[in-house]
Amino acid sequence: MSLTDFRNQPAASQNVSLHGATLRYGSALLFENLTLNLLAGQTTCLLGPSGVGKSSLLRLIAGLEPLTAPTIFTGPEDTPGKNIAYMAQQDLLLPWLSALENVLLGSRLRGGPADRMRALGLLESVGLAGHETVRPAKLSGGMRQRVALARTLMEDRPLVLMDEPFSSLDAITRMNLQDLAADLLRDKTVLVVTHDPMEAVRIADRILIMQGQPAELREVPVAPNPPPRDPASRAVLDAQGDLLRELAAIEVPG
Amino acid sequence: MRWVRGIVIVAALLLLWQIIVWITGAPHFILPGPVRVAVAWWVHHPALFHHASITLLEIGLGLFFGVLLGCLSAVVLAYSRPARLWLMPVLVASQAVPVFAIAPILVLWLGYGIASKVAMATLIIYFPVVASFFDGLRRTEPNWIDLARTMQASPWAILRHIRIPAALPSLASGIRVAAAVAPIGAVVGEWVGASAGLGYMMMHANGRMQIDLMFAALLTLAVFAITIYFLLDVILRHMIPWQPDALSND
Repeated sequence: MSLTDFRNQPAASQNVSLHGATLRYGSALLFENLTLNLLAGQTTCLLGPSGVGKSSLLRLIAGLEPLTAPTIFTGPEDTPGKNIAYMAQQDLLLPWLSALENVLLGSRLRGGPADRMRALGLLESVGLAGHETVRPAKLSGGMRQRVALARTLMEDRPLVLMDEPFSSLDAITRMNLQDLAADLLRDKTVLVVTHDPMEAVRIADRILIMQGQPAELREVPVAPNPPPRDPASRAVLDAQGDLLRELAAIEVPG
Repeated sequence: MRWVRGIVIVAALLLLWQIIVWITGAPHFILPGPVRVAVAWWVHHPALFHHASITLLEIGLGLFFGVLLGCLSAVVLAYSRPARLWLMPVLVASQAVPVFAIAPILVLWLGYGIASKVAMATLIIYFPVVASFFDGLRRTEPNWIDLARTMQASPWAILRHIRIPAALPSLASGIRVAAAVAPIGAVVGEWVGASAGLGYMMMHANGRMQIDLMFAALLTLAVFAITIYFLLDVILRHMIPWQPDALSND
């Protein structure tokens, strides 16, 4: 099975939008009446200072935070958390399952049929052919995150939510995984929370900066060529510089 | 290497025992020497094996029921808030009652047969199993549960496929403790009132001043208890191969 086979699978992406999103932690109002639009088939990177609520916003869309205010969500389903695939900073591989079984975790949890052929193909496409039966403890950090990426793709959801997916990896491994993810997630609607301006500049179709309390979103321009972009190209380095200046200018709350 | 080390340790302990007998000059009805005990063991070994088999059965059944009830209780406690609020204090308070004090009551209620000893072993095993397994169940990596929720997993599927497997290393610790204390439960039960078993045999021999036989029974019990512990340890390691072991290279 080749890479292109998966792209032709269903799960057509569509615009996702969130209106009136509000989230508090204790007495702190993270954001109020926030609007977020994600365009179909595009990768949106979300940056901003630590603690501003980026991960919380992503978790809200993932259905992992309770909705505290009337929120209008239009996406793959009418409520957040349905029909999404989620990938976190930690690989979250279950140590007692093999790489292949971890990729098939979704069907195991839902008790549905397991498409082993597709899972094997995905492991191959993330460069882990021959490691199917290996347990996570025997894999390197980069390999584990590749398995996590394959598990995310296995879910085959139109909306993919990634929370600092590569931030625990070394620079070269991170770059390789960004290329791989950009390639494999090309037709999905993707939201990536990241702290790494270079990551955003390389893989984003759109870049949003989240700042303030309550937080607001604003869009900043991206380099014109399609992702994944060459990290050494002039346009990418310039964009990274601009983005760093933007982020450095933000007053960090608290 | 492990075997050599084991043999050296046993030989050193036997030598120490013999030296203490020589130095103190204790009479054989107070502290018999290892040779005398070995002779008594050989003379009485058919009876010793007969009684040992009964004690082993009590320990085995006690482990089975104690681990089974302990696991079920831990799952109920992990999943039911009312159970935690109402049963947890009872469980903890029950541990304040010495098991030794309950033994006569159990013998009174369940008789001189093995039932009272199995109940005794079950009781003494139950708490370490519940405590360790419950602890494992409540400390599941929250991000695993988040991931499972984004995969539309039911609470039952999360329990079965994530929380229980994740808690198995903790449960294994509890079972190891249980294996170490189970013989205590069985033997205490036999001391209080029994017609068979190694504990009964020790009381019987003690009453008739057969101290060498008493020691032989004690050593037999120790060997069986250690064997049970290490057998269970090997089985548990085999069943939980992903458990990290920082000392595995020793």
